[in-house]
Amino acid sequence: MSELRGVIVSHAAVAQALVAAVTAITGIEGVLTPVSNEGCGTEALGQRLREAVGAGPAVLFVDLPGGSCFTSSARYAKQGGADVAVVTGVNLAMLLDFVFHRDSPPAEAARRAVDAGAKAIRVAAS
Amino acid sequence: MSLALYRIDDRLIHGQVVVGWGQPLDVAFIVLVDDEVSSSDWEQDLYRMGVPPQIEVIFASVEQAAAQLSGWEADPRVGILLVGDIDTAVALAARVPQLKRFNVGGVHHRTGRKERLRFVYLTDDEAAKLRQLAARGVDVTAQDVPTARAIPVTEFT
Repeated sequence: MSELRGVIVSHAAVAQALVAAVTAITGIEGVLTPVSNEGCGTEALGQRLREAVGAGPAVLFVDLPGGSCFTSSARYAKQGGADVAVVTGVNLAMLLDFVFHRDSPPAEAARRAVDAGAKAIRVAAS
Repeated sequence: MSLALYRIDDRLIHGQVVVGWGQPLDVAFIVLVDDEVSSSDWEQDLYRMGVPPQIEVIFASVEQAAAQLSGWEADPRVGILLVGDIDTAVALAARVPQLKRFNVGGVHHRTGRKERLRFVYLTDDEAAKLRQLAARGVDVTAQDVPTARAIPVTEFT
């Protein structure tokens, strides 16, 4: 089985910035691929996803739980042919956890990423 | 007029529509007119996920939309009507003569299309269809977000 990869799907340059941040913190490169919806209709975004996922397996980390990034990702997960799971509400914490835990199937890795990301959202003590 | 915006956008329901236009217009319902989506529960669920629960989403085919448009126009709430391509807009306008405006909000690159604006790519045939729509009395402008200028069809086709 090919190694599990992450594809970050976002508006504007959020995805590129998250990949840069993960690399800066961990030194790990080549595991995450950024995809922006900039200038994309549904068809073009689907093509960018196909190129980023390749043969899979992959987890798609989408910025919002709706909108063009999400609908294209969910449609790709259903119809694209590769073993793909979709997570919404991507944040840096879930990506940092993901790059160190890629030895499970996409659905399981997606659940773990959601847990890691959710634990990072809190009101700081004042 | 209850439908505050008639929009052509190949992304259909997405951030610019729900937030960019939806917030300032205080939109309470979105009508998505698309023959394919209107016949797919799965696609409808996908598009619903991008919309806050207080906003109703109505899915309709072109025929259904033509039959129900006057009802949506009489709705006291504010709504947005979306179509995904120019052919659907033309088909709807042909069935509903009282439809007098269309906003081109996003038609993106595809083989055969040329860039007309940063967010509008059209084939020559699509550009001609928009001009024909305008010639029939429909106010056709391009505007991606409310804070941008509404660009008349003559400036981008």
